[in-house]
Amino acid sequence: MKEKEIQLGLYRKVYLTRRAEDLIRAHYLEDGMKTPMHMSTGGEAISSGICEALQAEDQVLGTYRSHALYLSRTGESDLFFAEMYGKATGMAKGKGGSMHLTAADEGLICTSAIVASNIPVALGAAFANKMAGKESVVAVFFGDGAIDEGVFWESLNAACLMGLRVLFVCEDNGYAVHIPAHKRHGYQSITTIVSGFECDVWQSDSTDAWQIYLLAQQARAAAIQNNRPGFLHLKYYRYLEHVGVFEDFKAGYRSRTEFEPWLERDPVKIQRENLLRWLTEEAVLLLEKQIDQQIETSLQRAMEAPFADHSELLMDLYA
Amino acid sequence: MSRMITYRDALVEAVTHEMRRDSSVFVYGIDVADHKRIFDSNKGLLEEFGPNRCFNTPLSEDAMTGFGLGAALNGLRPIHIHMRVDFMILAMNQLVNMISSFRYGSGGRFKVPFVVRAIIGRGWGQSFQHNKSLHSWVAHIPGLKVIMPTSPKDALGMTMAAIRDDNPVISIEHRWLYDALGAVSHTAETQPLTGAEVIHPGNDITILATSWMNIEAKQAAEVLGRRGVTVEVVDARSISPFDETVLVESVNKTGYCIVADNDWVHCGFGAEVAARISHTCFGRLKAPVERLGFAPTPCPCTRPLENAFYTGATEIIRTIESMLKLSPTDLSGEHFFSYEKKFKGPF
Repeated sequence: MKEKEIQLGLYRKVYLTRRAEDLIRAHYLEDGMKTPMHMSTGGEAISSGICEALQAEDQVLGTYRSHALYLSRTGESDLFFAEMYGKATGMAKGKGGSMHLTAADEGLICTSAIVASNIPVALGAAFANKMAGKESVVAVFFGDGAIDEGVFWESLNAACLMGLRVLFVCEDNGYAVHIPAHKRHGYQSITTIVSGFECDVWQSDSTDAWQIYLLAQQARAAAIQNNRPGFLHLKYYRYLEHVGVFEDFKAGYRSRTEFEPWLERDPVKIQRENLLRWLTEEAVLLLEKQIDQQIETSLQRAMEAPFADHSELLMDLYA
Repeated sequence: MSRMITYRDALVEAVTHEMRRDSSVFVYGIDVADHKRIFDSNKGLLEEFGPNRCFNTPLSEDAMTGFGLGAALNGLRPIHIHMRVDFMILAMNQLVNMISSFRYGSGGRFKVPFVVRAIIGRGWGQSFQHNKSLHSWVAHIPGLKVIMPTSPKDALGMTMAAIRDDNPVISIEHRWLYDALGAVSHTAETQPLTGAEVIHPGNDITILATSWMNIEAKQAAEVLGRRGVTVEVVDARSISPFDETVLVESVNKTGYCIVADNDWVHCGFGAEVAARISHTCFGRLKAPVERLGFAPTPCPCTRPLENAFYTGATEIIRTIESMLKLSPTDLSGEHFFSYEKKFKGPF
């Protein structure tokens, strides 16, 4: 693919995510979206960069903070907003909400609200793909809190042992809820430890979606060529509170000073600059207008859509 | 045409049959492909189907359960085995937080064909970390199916049906049943995953039993049958969903019900059964539903205390006598089951 198309694809993803979350923030206090919002704002470069590098046959799994992953992977916002509003037109008919997003046709297997619980699921998916002789990868996203969980280590070990094409994507914002890494880790560097496993290790603290894309492209190719997992340790900064739509610098566990250098290299701003090397300002404005219209329309549709009938409560339990 | 096979061979036949029939079926877990083959219930699988379809795993119950979920979502039909139910506890996060709700939480967009086989231990010092049943734990969770095959017919037919089912099914097998002989049809046939079954007909009192307790209940029925008391033994077969139709029919006939559960009594399956029977058969009951099960303690290792921990045919007989106001039967000449008759040493 030509670089221009990739830069365009990356900007579509980061802009769609940022603006969709801006819209959530603008409407959240109306209380129509009764679902715990864990906002992706600040982390757009990772989801967009990795999803841009992944192919249609690849699959992804995310966490409760997966708006960016969903929007980057699918590009759609109708089902997304309907699910935020708990409506029958949502992808899970309102049974999932913000923390449980799926897109079976686009290879988004699930997002899960129990830290690290999605990680082993990626292994089984990759095993099935391997048995079917598919040349694909499964990328599982998790925060740095997940590496405190036993199942992360169980899964890393098993994936390396079994030679599974899993990309372990650690989105490290430095906090597990409100606890910083140095208060949770009995070691200095996660990548040093993971390097002792039979996998390829990649790391970056870039907020430039293009850079993440290039890294993910290498990681994907290595996983396929080497028949083994890749571990990507990617730093970012969570702009908003752990759950909710506001800033939380007054809470005392982190400071605005810590945030400011990250804001200077905001992923949306950087990717816009990247795209302006390929498109005119007018063309970028037009693209932004189209995306703004898309999400405004989705929001309106979601607000007007019906809730599921009560009979829906008992549906979908068993196949 | 029927034939006699053991419960163990029924399990082997069920899995072999399904693996031949459907290449998406595979078996995995700790020690499933070692020389002991899970008490020989996986006999021949590695040889016939190879290491991609029958393999050992790291000692990572939680991750390997999530692994099964991912494999199931991508079109395979995993069978995950735990040598003891107690080990399955390490997989509870995946079973309860992920697998049970996966289909529901996706609005019905996914299906999870996943079988978990877990084995109950008992005897020769199994003590408190190798003896649990926990069927009421998992049956409490909507989205999981829970079965307890007791006969070779069900070990064969329910296991086959579980593998073909598009939902997560937890099959809890009692280790002592592995040597039990029973009739199965000439060709392998599936059995329904729910619905209780009368395994010993009678008119005076009903016993609803789970797993091994069916063996104890049947023996109690035979002993009392000799003095003219006819006991109807109903095998629960499935714990979730539990279909009480056959049981209700029986209790409406006898007016008495005992639940003999292979588990602790408090908050157990027996309480669910007692509640349903009280509700459905209220006017027909001649006495409150009685419940039998483990003593309310962890299971002790030493044989004399272990004897006191478990209930069996003797306690069932005494409970029946008390409910029907019968004089105590002389049990001095009876030979009740003792594992020492079957084997010595670790198993």
